[in-house]
Amino acid sequence: MHHRLSKVLLALPPAAYLVVFFAVPSLLMLLASFRYPGEYGGLAPWYYIDDGQLSLDLTTENWLRLVESTIYLGLLLKSLGFALLTTLICALMAYPLALTIARSPKRHRDLLLLLVILPFWSNFLVRIYAWMIIFSPQGALSEGLNAVTGLLGLEPVNLMFSSTAVIVCLVYVHLPFMILPLYANLEKHDPALLDAAQDLGANARQRFWKITWPLSLPGIYAGGVLVFIPSLGIFAIPDLLGGTNGIMIGNVIKQQFVEARDWPFGSVLSLVLTAITLMLVAIAGRFGRPKGTANG
Amino acid sequence: MARPRKTLLLASALVYLFLYIPLAVVVVFSFNDSRLNAEWVGFTWKWYDQLFSNPQMLQAARNSLIIALAAALLSGVLGCLAGIALHRFRQKWLSALVLGPVAMPDILIGVSLLLTFMLFNIGLGSISIILAHVSFCIGFVALAVQARMSGMDDSLLEAARDLGASPWQSFRLITLPLLLPGVIAGMMMAFTLSIDDFVVTFFTAGVGSATLPLEIYSMVKIAVTPEVNAVSTLLMLLTLVLITVLSRFSPQSLRS
Amino acid sequence: MLEIIDVSRRYGEYLALRDVNLRVHAGEFFTLLGPSGCGKTTLLRSIAGFDHPDSGDILLDGKSLLHLPPEKRPVHTVFQSYALFPHMTVADNIAFPLRMAKLDKTEIARRVEEVLEDVRLPDKARHYPQALSGGQRQRIAIARALVNRPRLLLLDEPLSALDAKLREQMQIELINLQKDIGITFVYVTHDQGEALALSHRIAVMNQGEISQIDEPAQLYNCPGNRFVADFIGQCNILDGTVIESHSDRVDVELDGLGRISLSAHIPANLHSGERCALTLRPEKIRLAKQLEANDAELHFRGQVHDTLYMGDVTIYIVELGEGVKVEALLANSAPGRARLFDPGDTVEIAWHADAGHLVR
Repeated sequence: MHHRLSKVLLALPPAAYLVVFFAVPSLLMLLASFRYPGEYGGLAPWYYIDDGQLSLDLTTENWLRLVESTIYLGLLLKSLGFALLTTLICALMAYPLALTIARSPKRHRDLLLLLVILPFWSNFLVRIYAWMIIFSPQGALSEGLNAVTGLLGLEPVNLMFSSTAVIVCLVYVHLPFMILPLYANLEKHDPALLDAAQDLGANARQRFWKITWPLSLPGIYAGGVLVFIPSLGIFAIPDLLGGTNGIMIGNVIKQQFVEARDWPFGSVLSLVLTAITLMLVAIAGRFGRPKGTANG
Repeated sequence: MARPRKTLLLASALVYLFLYIPLAVVVVFSFNDSRLNAEWVGFTWKWYDQLFSNPQMLQAARNSLIIALAAALLSGVLGCLAGIALHRFRQKWLSALVLGPVAMPDILIGVSLLLTFMLFNIGLGSISIILAHVSFCIGFVALAVQARMSGMDDSLLEAARDLGASPWQSFRLITLPLLLPGVIAGMMMAFTLSIDDFVVTFFTAGVGSATLPLEIYSMVKIAVTPEVNAVSTLLMLLTLVLITVLSRFSPQSLRS
Repeated sequence: MLEIIDVSRRYGEYLALRDVNLRVHAGEFFTLLGPSGCGKTTLLRSIAGFDHPDSGDILLDGKSLLHLPPEKRPVHTVFQSYALFPHMTVADNIAFPLRMAKLDKTEIARRVEEVLEDVRLPDKARHYPQALSGGQRQRIAIARALVNRPRLLLLDEPLSALDAKLREQMQIELINLQKDIGITFVYVTHDQGEALALSHRIAVMNQGEISQIDEPAQLYNCPGNRFVADFIGQCNILDGTVIESHSDRVDVELDGLGRISLSAHIPANLHSGERCALTLRPEKIRLAKQLEANDAELHFRGQVHDTLYMGDVTIYIVELGEGVKVEALLANSAPGRARLFDPGDTVEIAWHADAGHLVR
């Protein structure tokens, strides 16, 4: 049929492209997680043909290595902790700002929002680099802090190459991802709801906890996913700011692919990360769905 | 409407400070006449001069621009088709395919493509970077186009048919012109994403194809120098210009 | 000129049109009237070519339209949302059908100018639709649909987006426009007042079927069935049973009111024992403290149950006993009075024996 054909022609080029450059690579990674590493990095062949007989050469040992070693599982847990902490801090910082923007006069909102997005558009590495300057031992922050600790007779603090530095930078890089969905949610709240609550005897605190907060939860879930997923997979921030204490799962994946050249194990770690991501997206899809009209 | 209370305003102001102080530090120290990013010594253009006489940096800037332009064009065409198809088709597999790369952490796209390029002996270089960037830019263009499509009154197309236009004519005269702002906004988005990308590029770049973010990364890895401040400041300036242009085309697209 | 023959359309389980037959005459202002979901829009879209009947045929001047795509049909539509192209000026919007028909440039310019004069917006040619008011957009949408002189103009609730004052003004303009250009109009609306005011003839539709086709006054005074009586205007519907049917009159036992005899407005082939209903417009009922007896009238006594003050008139809901209530209305002609009777007052009502209309 004519209609159907035109639809297929429309979808075909992008679909074909993404099959080749997204679906197939994902499947290759799945296959790679069951293969042996090559002698000089890369992958060993996964099948042999002996006398016309096809024999597969696959293994589950990469997966067993993950389960058996406490190092990698521990690192995974630590990364999840970092991502969770980042998400919580982001939510805490985003809420007052999103609320302020949502409740400010309409003509100011666009500008206030633009001010949130602007730093987010500057280069990712530049934003990390900025914190390298701030946290550097010669920086004003460190010197001021260590002047205080010196007076108190404590050990000098090194901010650079610490978990603290990693978390602060993670928050900095991902904060807009929390502010924007939260604002989009808060902005849709019908102001009459708060008037009605006040009319019915609720004070400011009650109005917030009984009306604004529950209605804003979908916004928090949406923002949470947008912060949590990229935080979990990040490697540049711990790489530049974390030192040895601050490394996360992303660093190990990078290390397996680039330095150790153990692709099968790197694939295993990547797949675990993918599985966590998919799970989170599915959960967010369930919880983030609007229940009423005002909380879309 | 209730006016925001004082504590709320104070908290918001602090968050804005948190967002802007780091960037301000970078810009200020790019004009500082000292190798250390520690205290203000005096004003200088020296780091910018050094930057513009650094052939490696200039090459990286050129690479970044070419890659971003190519990625924007290619993902513009593919993303436009994908956006229309998403709107008309409403197939789960299609949206999973188009939006999957948008949802996945960059590192996963980076390593899986590295694996694929190596297995199929595709040399790493500008081409592999462009191919990789397009794979996650398509989704962003498609989203922008789909948003325009669903904002479009279906009766517009019926009206065109009713007044004598063939299906192809109504696509060319009505659908396409109305989609154009979405496509342009999407391509601008793709351009910025591509020029900004570090992670995917890190895994898919080869010798001689380093982009600006990669160049910055390797400089920063060695030492923090004011030259990096200068590149960063210029990059911020470029982004600012891009956003201004982008907002001309569609003020809404900035918010999405 | 337009003939709809046995047209049926089914969406899955839902029957949108069921054996629809109708005939629209050349130069007629014909209205499809009905509640939402009655199939009127499906029928209109089938004529325009956006929907395809499962069976039946649609003929224009004796030739079937069904095999033609929308752009090949000499039929234009004024859409409910107007569907003005937002990226084109008013002039480009109007020129669109002329360009599709490949007219030459000077002819297009002349025709656009002419039609803008007709709709009294000659200075808006260079404006974009977004810059126009609702009423102006409406006129441009009509101008665009009329500019290359279709055989038939379809209008899909074109006035529903306008406020009440403007709607009335546009109704007058539509009537005059249709009279001037003489093109056949097929108009879809759910607003019975609009249909009565505009149309030469109205087809009332219900659940995919045509309930009645008639001229407005006929439709109002002689509804063919309960649905039409109830849908158009206010109506008292008094249930009853046929006692005896004669060639020139019928005796009916109205529930709770007793036996009456009717000699006009009787459906054919009524038989004894059949359930039926008397439909009676409120304004046909006389209401007073006391009424002198009159042989031509039916006479009842009752109690005012409720009153509704409407400004110009007040509606009195009178209980005639055993739960039978009728609505009557009286003009508030007495100065300074909101109503002439209070709830609880005993009143007498009467109507001419032939004022009511018996339906099945």
